[in-house]
Order: sequence, then C-alpha cells, then structure tokens
Amino acid sequence: MKASSNLQQVLDSGQFAVTAEIGPPKGANPEVVRKHARNMKGYADAFNLTDNQTAVVRLSSWAASLVCLQEGVEPVMQMACRDRNRIAIQSDVLGASALGVKNMLCLTGDHQIFGNQKEAKNVYDLDSIQELMVLRMMRDEGKTWGGDPLETAPKIYLGAVENPFGDPFEFRVPRLAKKVAAGADFIQTQSIYDMDRFERFMDGVRDRGLDRKVHILAGVLPLKSAKVAQYMKNKVSGMSVPDAVIDRMKNAVDPKAEGIKLCVETIEHLKTVKGVHGVHIMAVAWEEKVPEIVREAGLFPREISIE
Amino acid sequence: MKIIGFVCLDSALAAAEQAGSKDKEFSSAVTLVEVPCTGRVDVVHILRAFREGADAVFIAGCLEGNCRFQYGNIEAKKRVILTKSLLQSAGLEPDRLEMFNLASNQEWRFAEIVQEMVSRVEKLGPNPLEKVNK
Amino acid sequence: MIIAEQKPLNDIIQMLEGHQRVLVVGCRSCVAVCLAGGEKEAGILAESLRLHSELKGKGWDIEEITLERACEKEWVREMEGAMEGKNAIISLACGVGAQVIHDIYPGVFVIPGVNTISMGAPEEQGIYMEKCGGCGDCVLHLTGGICPVARCSKSLLNGPCGGSQNGKCEIDPETPCGWDLIYRSLKEQGRLDLMDVVIAPKNWRPSRSGGLRKTVRREAVQTEEEKKIREAGQ
Repeated sequence: MKASSNLQQVLDSGQFAVTAEIGPPKGANPEVVRKHARNMKGYADAFNLTDNQTAVVRLSSWAASLVCLQEGVEPVMQMACRDRNRIAIQSDVLGASALGVKNMLCLTGDHQIFGNQKEAKNVYDLDSIQELMVLRMMRDEGKTWGGDPLETAPKIYLGAVENPFGDPFEFRVPRLAKKVAAGADFIQTQSIYDMDRFERFMDGVRDRGLDRKVHILAGVLPLKSAKVAQYMKNKVSGMSVPDAVIDRMKNAVDPKAEGIKLCVETIEHLKTVKGVHGVHIMAVAWEEKVPEIVREAGLFPREISIE
Repeated sequence: MKIIGFVCLDSALAAAEQAGSKDKEFSSAVTLVEVPCTGRVDVVHILRAFREGADAVFIAGCLEGNCRFQYGNIEAKKRVILTKSLLQSAGLEPDRLEMFNLASNQEWRFAEIVQEMVSRVEKLGPNPLEKVNK
Repeated sequence: MIIAEQKPLNDIIQMLEGHQRVLVVGCRSCVAVCLAGGEKEAGILAESLRLHSELKGKGWDIEEITLERACEKEWVREMEGAMEGKNAIISLACGVGAQVIHDIYPGVFVIPGVNTISMGAPEEQGIYMEKCGGCGDCVLHLTGGICPVARCSKSLLNGPCGGSQNGKCEIDPETPCGWDLIYRSLKEQGRLDLMDVVIAPKNWRPSRSGGLRKTVRREAVQTEEEKKIREAGQ
C-alpha cells in the first residue's frame, strides 16, 4: 500500500509538483537543517535530504529527515547504495517508515573517491534498480528480499534519479524504463542546462509511454557564477552545460541575479514540456533562494498536507 | 678512479677509438666494455659493476632513431632509469650512472662524456665499496 | 593471470631487517608475464640487495631461485636444496605462491616481495588490466563478454550509472566505463534486448564475501584406497 505522502498526493492529483533539496551539515548540529526547513516551508511539496553527497561524511539523510518532520515539513529520504548493503537498507527503510518518513529515493551513489573517505571500502551490494525492487517488495508484498515476511510493511513512495545527460544517450530512456519496471513512482533528473538534450530525452520518454507510468520531476540548479558553471561543465561527471550558458553568466552584470533568472526561465519552460510533472530545485549551498525562485516561477502558494 | 663504459660497437666504440687516439689521459680511468648494442646491457650487469667497485658507469649508444636493432638504445635508457632508482635505494648516488647517445663520428662528444663522468666522480667521491674491496 | 607489482626496494630492505641468510624466490608463471617476479626480476632484486648489503656492511647472504609455479607444492619442493641455511624467503611469487611456500616451510620468515593486485591480462607490453571479479557466479553471457563486477567501478548489474560520460567512468578520465563497453558489445552482437532486462540483486555467497572458498572437483579427489595404493607404489 502506498504512502500517500504529500508529494504523492500532489503528483497523483495532476498538479505541477515542486521538490527542493537540503544539504545536511558536516557536523552533529541539527539547527542547519531546521533553519533551511523553516525558511523553505510551504515553498515545496517535499524536501530531499541528501545522503553523504559526493561521499563526504555528513549528518545522515534519515536523521535530517526526522528533523524535517519535527519542523512540519515533508522529507524525501535518500539512500545511496555505496555505503549500505541490503540488510542495512531494508533496516533503515523500516526505521524511517516507523518514524513517519514516506518518500524514499533510491540512487547508486557517487564513488567514494570523490569524498573525504577515499580509502573506504565501498558496498554496492545492490544497484539503484535492485534497490527499487527490494523496497517495492517490502511495501507491496510485506516481505524482505528473499521472502521472509515483515510484521508491518512500510508505507513508502518510491523515487529514483535519472540523468538525461549521461552516456550513452540512446540508453537513457531504456534505463528509465528499467527503473519504472523495478518500482519507481517518481523520478528526479540531474539539473538541466542543455534543454535540447532534455527535450530529446522527453521525446523518448513519451514515445515509450513512460510519462503515463511514472512522474518525472525535472531538475534545476541555480548558478551563482560563471566559475561555478565552468566547474560543473568540467569537473562534475554526467553534467551537460552548454557554452551559451557559461557565456551568459560571464557577460552578466549581476551573475547571481542572472543565475536565478536563468533558473526561473528554465522552470517556466519545463512547465510546458509534456510528461514533466514537476520540478526539483537543487539550490546547492543557496537554499535561501528557493522561496524567491518558487515565487518567480509562479509556483507559490502550494497546498501542503502532512499527516 | 675506475669508470666502466658500456659502448655499442656501431657508434660509441668508433667514437671512443677516434677520441682515444688523440688523447690518452682518460684511458687509464676508463674501462670500455664492448656490446653489439646497448640493449644488450642488463640491469644486473650495471649493479655488478658497482659491486665490483666501479666509481661510475656509463652506457653510450647510438642516437635515438639510429639504432641498428631499432630500439635497443631505448630499452637501455629505460633500464638506466630503473637502475638509478635501485642504486638510490641500495645506497649509492644515482648520478654515478648515466646513459648517453652519440654518433660514430662524434669523438669530441665521447671525450665530453668521459669528462662528465670524471667530474661526477670527483664531486661524489669514490665508490665506498672500493675501500671495502681493498 | 594474476597481476602483481614488485614492492619498492626500500620496503623490501626494511622488511628484511634482522634476517641475514635470504633466498629470493621468483616464479615463472603469472608474475613473470607481468614482469614483477620472474627469473630476471629475481636476479635484479638479489643483486640490488647484495649491493646494499655490501655498501652498508650488513653481511647478508643472498641467493636466488626461480620456480616453475610457486602455487603448486610439487614445484615448491624443488627449492629444498637452496633453502639450506636460510632464515628468510623473499617471495616474488604472488600472494598465493607466497603462502604455498610458507606451507612447505612454516618455520621460515616469508617476506612478500610483490603486491598481488588482480586477475587480469596484458593490454600491451607493460600494461596490465584487471578483468575478472572472481565473484563465483559468472554472467558474461548477459553482459556481452565484459565483467560488470570487475570493470564497473561500482560493480553494477544494471548499469551504467549517471556518472558515465563519453565512455569513461566518473572516477577517472582514463578509466573506461564498464557498462559503456557492455552496451557497445551487446549492440555489436545485436543483443541490446539484454540491456532491457532487470537483473535481480546478486547472490554474493559464491564470492569472497561469502567466506573463504574451497573448490572441489570430486572426480579428481583421491580416495583413501587410491592414496594407499600410490604410497605403496613409491
């Protein structure tokens, strides 16, 4: 039985959904998460709490999700496959679900070489598609992987990520289809600067009827400067940043304002793309701009209901 | 002073003979070992030379691209690099060993090479093993 | 084959401290192919150690021998004669050979002269790439002949991940993306349909994760009777 989380209700009702992201701190202080939750409350239908993003040790996603619940804000808990085996993953799902977390995002996770624990042994017992299969089995059949029955099945809404800008391009839509087949209810994409490629991706999505099987939230990330744009182009794998975007940031009188403007324009355009059912705003280290972006994009106010 | 020079027949030896006929001074310090190609010189040969008390060792072969056996001199160059590192770990200065390339008509270059190795030995001092062997 | 790499000479020298009569043992199999511990390398190491010993007055007695294959007891026993008077062995054989040598000479200090790295093959002379993940449950028929356990940095079975770009893995611009290779291979074979199959969570029990692996070929194991007959014959 599905969770009927707020996010699910918004998506199922056909409204254009908004999710945003909170990056937990590199420390044991929950106040950072509380502050962001309070500032962004009401501006998104649910908030992703990243899971040791880029393999840097941070306050865990499940703990940050609880802080959000305490603030009356709906979390999307993220679970990377890099750090946990299937036992820990299923256990964390039961724990988080028991405490009220409903949205769970399955992702592979950046390799540990990117983070501050380069010498760690990684896990990758499951990949993100297998993770979806396992979580769906827990929810729909009330069993752990392998068939052992659970006393209480978790009520969860399952998400995954897809990257239209990864290679090979011709496999990106089939890979999305695999995630849907494995159990994904909603998808959040990597941030979009290359609208052409994203449109081609969506063509493929619609061709296969996937837009009727899964809710896609298109990712956007406001740029602070040309330097950030350049960094993303060169150093972050799986990102496509056209030169036109970099030039626009370079030539801007006020790069920050330009970055927000570009982000809002992108969202406005995405609202018109058939098959896109929402937007996922990743204001990395710039969470305070989310309210402005949501307002400017005409997506405020939002009806929220959290049980 | 004892310097061992592995010289290839095609280039270095010819140059050496020309140089030798003009200037006898260096010949007592230098012992030449003729090889058909510097690619014939193994790492163990070089290490052995130092164990036997050589103060310095050089390997002189054809200019790159001119090796009769195509890339023997390139193999020799790689071995010299490896041996320098082994010498360092074993406890000898890597500068005591060097690889040179020259043509058969460059007797002036051969004289330069010998002079270079002589000044290196003067700077670094004799092989400590020389004392042990004595 | 097993790919190994010789440890730096400094490290070997340090590990040797306290031992004087040393046998350097090379192996003519895998480590000879990847130029880490064959006869040539054993000779060079022995000579370097002698040079060091003489320079520093350590009084080491270094000998070398190269075995056909250090992982088989019958061949390891051939070093019996060379072992006389030795109190340390530097194994240039891989970790397997080093341990078989230890099994035959349990009282002798064995120094690993190489780091054993992977199961792989030469790409070209001097360059050796990991190929096989040793997972005990091979699925090469599903992945176009390319091992997803070893050649995908995350050992994904439903790859590639979002970090694959231009055929390269996110961890290093030189590292090929294993799933990109798989995709291209399946495409060439006309089997892209296999890319659409959702592969279920892997059973890792046959892998190292499930514990030390003992492999038995029943037909080859000698019964007690057979052993008695053979012994009597000797």
